Amino acid sequence: MRYPLALVVNGVAYQVEIEPHRNLLSVIRGELGLTGTKEGCDDSECGACMVLMAGRPVNSCSFLALQAGGQPIQTVEGLAMNGQLHPLQKAFLAEGGVQCGFCTPGMLMSAASLLDRNPHPSEDEIKRYLGGNLCRCTGYAGIVRAVLKTAAAAG
Amino acid sequence: MGGDEARAPAVIDRSYFQPADLKQARSFIAKHQDTKVVAGGTDLVVAARSGKSTLPGSLMAIHNLKELAGIEEGRGGRLKIGALATHGDLEESTVLQRNWTALSDASALVGSPATRHIGTVGGNICNASPAMELGSPLLIFEAEVELAGKGGLRRVPFGSFVVGPGETTARPGELLTAVLLPRLKVRGTAGSAYIRLEYRRAMEIAIVGAAALIAVDRSRRCKEARVGLTAVAPTCVRASDTEEMLRGAVLDSELLNRAAAAATRACSPIDDVRASADYRLAMVQVIVLRAITRALDRALAQSTP
Repeated sequence: MRYPLALVVNGVAYQVEIEPHRNLLSVIRGELGLTGTKEGCDDSECGACMVLMAGRPVNSCSFLALQAGGQPIQTVEGLAMNGQLHPLQKAFLAEGGVQCGFCTPGMLMSAASLLDRNPHPSEDEIKRYLGGNLCRCTGYAGIVRAVLKTAAAAG
Repeated sequence: MGGDEARAPAVIDRSYFQPADLKQARSFIAKHQDTKVVAGGTDLVVAARSGKSTLPGSLMAIHNLKELAGIEEGRGGRLKIGALATHGDLEESTVLQRNWTALSDASALVGSPATRHIGTVGGNICNASPAMELGSPLLIFEAEVELAGKGGLRRVPFGSFVVGPGETTARPGELLTAVLLPRLKVRGTAGSAYIRLEYRRAMEIAIVGAAALIAVDRSRRCKEARVGLTAVAPTCVRASDTEEMLRGAVLDSELLNRAAAAATRACSPIDDVRASADYRLAMVQVIVLRAITRALDRALAQSTP
């Protein structure tokens, strides 16, 4: 049976009808057409599917979409404003935090959540907070630098 | 990459119910005893995604039940942890850090920030994994679980609630509502710790884990010792031989070593993808010694003015 679901993603309200087993990732990508969020392992290991729910990171591949009703959701599409990349996105590009790009949306969302909760994290705090996001290209150094740089630039 | 629809078994017509309050939840589960309760879904949904098990046909999602959220300090120094308290709530609780440190240690090791923010204490317990991080700390703190059923509330010691891998003594139609930690009644000064053998820091499951609670007097004589083991038996277990060797003794390093080695007697590990049984058994002494040592250090730090 299908159930109605009201979602608010990046400040936009959506109304869909879905089956209970549908995960949030498949609804965001398949129903809402927001394909910035990626499916990696589909097993809650890699963090490519990370979105923010009420400001905190969630593996959307392993979260039932119906349970996300009523909570504000943010995806990577919500980071850029008025045609300007988010400072984190700019820093990822400048510091070599992006190679193939598949982990990037999830990394950005985790990093955005961290800076929101802790505007001046230490390097260790950054590594710990990004612990659920795997990257097989960069070796992480550029990613960590990008977060440090964004925090420092924000003053 | 296949779409979600291609992989999901399309034949099951699933139902979903989201109760507005605890009363509704209790009456629903009493009537629909085949329903599966989902809170964060970090075990249930992940198991379904990885093909370990299929998602049940009837789901009751309790994530919004305010009655089951949060951590509450009760009278007489007890602590009541709502079933929906997350690992993150535990990790951030200062009262837990201070008085139930091993549980705080363990919750901080679960998964990643995303897992800790979504995964709940009640879900962790009902999933009943032998490798559950919270298990051995709950054993040494002699926690009870509170269950709501048809006849009202009942309490069960955690150690007799989880009885096997994925197996609990919850009765059909019962809902786990809280975990209760009694006030620690020990003489001397006490410290506790949880240590996990791991291959990586995040998104890891214990290869071997150990929780220890040690209380000592000023001359390092042990007033109380409790040790719990994780991922080395069908459930988390107490290492009673180790505890008996420590109780009443002056804790020197030779005794700590011997007592840690005795913990293997409580173990019956299995071979699995993470480690062989032999490796687990060989590491028990190491991890138990580290847990006891850290608990002792914390106990001694308490007594320093």
